[in-house]
Amino acid sequence: MLLLECPYCGVMADETELAPGGEAHIARRGPEASEEEFAAYLFERKNPRGVHFERWRHAAGCGKWFHAARDTVTLEVFATYSAQTLAPPEEVLAAIRRKRPGWEGWP
Amino acid sequence: MRRYSAFAIAREAVRYHQGWERAWRSPAPRPAYEVVVVGAGGHGLATAYYLARNHGITDVAVLEKGWLGGGNTGRNTTIIRSNYLQDPSAAIYEKARSLYETMSRDLNMNVMFSPRGVLMLAQTEHEKRGYLRTAHANRLQGVATEFIGPERVKELVPIINVSGPRYPVLGALWQPRGGTARHDAVAWAYARACSAMGIDIIQRCEVTGITQERGRVTGVETTRGHIGAKKLAIVVAGHSGVLAEMAGFRLPIESVALQALVSEPIKPAIDVVVMANTVHGYMSQSDKGELVIGGGADGYNNYTQRGSFHHIEETVRALVETFPIISRLRMMRQWGGIVDMTGDRSPILSKTPLEGCYINAGWGTGGFKSIPGSGWAMAELVAKDAPGPLAAPFGLERFREGRFIDESVAAGVAH
Repeated sequence: MLLLECPYCGVMADETELAPGGEAHIARRGPEASEEEFAAYLFERKNPRGVHFERWRHAAGCGKWFHAARDTVTLEVFATYSAQTLAPPEEVLAAIRRKRPGWEGWP
Repeated sequence: MRRYSAFAIAREAVRYHQGWERAWRSPAPRPAYEVVVVGAGGHGLATAYYLARNHGITDVAVLEKGWLGGGNTGRNTTIIRSNYLQDPSAAIYEKARSLYETMSRDLNMNVMFSPRGVLMLAQTEHEKRGYLRTAHANRLQGVATEFIGPERVKELVPIINVSGPRYPVLGALWQPRGGTARHDAVAWAYARACSAMGIDIIQRCEVTGITQERGRVTGVETTRGHIGAKKLAIVVAGHSGVLAEMAGFRLPIESVALQALVSEPIKPAIDVVVMANTVHGYMSQSDKGELVIGGGADGYNNYTQRGSFHHIEETVRALVETFPIISRLRMMRQWGGIVDMTGDRSPILSKTPLEGCYINAGWGTGGFKSIPGSGWAMAELVAKDAPGPLAAPFGLERFREGRFIDESVAAGVAH
C-alpha cells in the first residue's frame, strides 16, 4: 500500500486517504499558444517508466494539494513537497539523484 | 502447418503422439523486414495475421520482449462484448466480436469462444438511464442488446441478490452474443497462423531504440541487434508511452494497474458474464470452475503489474453483497496488468509524427475483446498508409480537434 507524507499536516497518509491528481508541473499555455501546444498541454503526458512527479490531494485529511516524486516501477517515494512551486525543488532532485545516480528525468 | 482435426487426434493417438509439430517457428531475426510489429500479444499478432491474410504482406516480424501473450493478453478476464455507446466504438468492437465467432474455424485452433451472454447490471437510477440510452444506440448500430428488468436478471443468474440494501439490481443491459474465450489460445492461434504464412515471431527480443532518417523510420535497435524496417507498428499495450518516447513523440496516455483474481474451483454456478460497473466488479465462471473476478483500476501511474490491495477489498465486498453464496470462497490467485488509459477511454489507431511508424494503443481496460477488430483495422492502416473506416475515427489528431470518442461515461470502468 502506498504511503505518502502530507507536507502540510505532516500525516503519513495511506493511499485510501489520498486522491491522485496526475502529472505535476505541466506548464499552462496562454491564449497565444498554437493548437499543437495547447493540445499537448491538455492531453500529452510523460507517463515515465521510473521517476514521476505527480499531484496528490490529502482528500480525507487536511484537504490540501501537494506534490510527490515517486518511482512508477518500484513504487518508491523519494519526497513529497509543497504544491506552491512550478518545479521540483533542488533538494527533491538531490534526493532522487542520491538513489538514482545518473538520472536525467528533469526537465 | 499440419491441420488440427479430430482425424489428427486419432492419427496421433495410434502413434503415441509423436507427430505433433511445434505450433510456431522460433527463427533468428533477419537483418530487415518490410513491416516490424513490436509486441507479440493478441493485438500485435492479429495485426501481423491480417497484414498477411488481407493485404498479402508476409515479410513481417513480430518482436516480443518477454514471451508470446505474456502481457495483458494473459492477464485479462477474457470478456468479449460490443455494447458500446459511441458509433466508432461499437463498429470496431462489434467487428471484433463477430470475428471471434468464427475464429476457431478461421485459425484452425479451438479458442473456446463461449457466447454465453454478458449482463451489465444497472444498480443506480443514473446507470439505468445510461444503459437504456446505450440499448437504443446499439439498436441503431445493429448491435443486438436489450435492457432487461430485475426479474429477468434473476432468471439468468439465480445466485444473484437483486434486492441488496446498498446495490439493488434495477435492471441490466443484456448482450446475449457476448461471452468469453480462452485468452492464451487466441494469442497461440494467431501465432500459429502467422508462422504458417511465413511471418517471423521473435520472442525475448526487447526493443531498446527506434532508428530514423530524415523523419522516416528505418528500423529498431533490439537486444538481438538492429532490425531494419520499412514500416513499424507499435502495439505494446501498457508500455506504449515508453516506445513513443523512443520514437520521439508523446502520447495522451497514462499507464495504470488493473487487477483480477480467481477463486478456488466450484461446481457450475453462473453461466453468463456479470459486470457491475457501479461497484467496480465483474465475474464469470471459467471452464475449470474458478470464478474469474475483475476489479477497478488504480488512479495513479504504475508499471508494477500489481495493484493496490484496497481495490480488491472494494471489489470483493461489493460482489459478496451481490452474490451472497461466494462469501466463503477462498481466492487463489491475484495479479495485475498495466493498461494504458486515454482521456476519452477510447483507443488510438494512428499514424504518428514519425513517418512509417504507426501506433495501436490506449485500449485501456478493453483490450482483449477487441483483439481481432483491432488487428484487422491496424493491418489496413499499416498496409495502405491510411486508416480504413474502422480505424479512421481513432487517430491521434482527434485530441487536437476535440473530436473525442467519449466512452468514459458509458464504460469508464471495467471490462
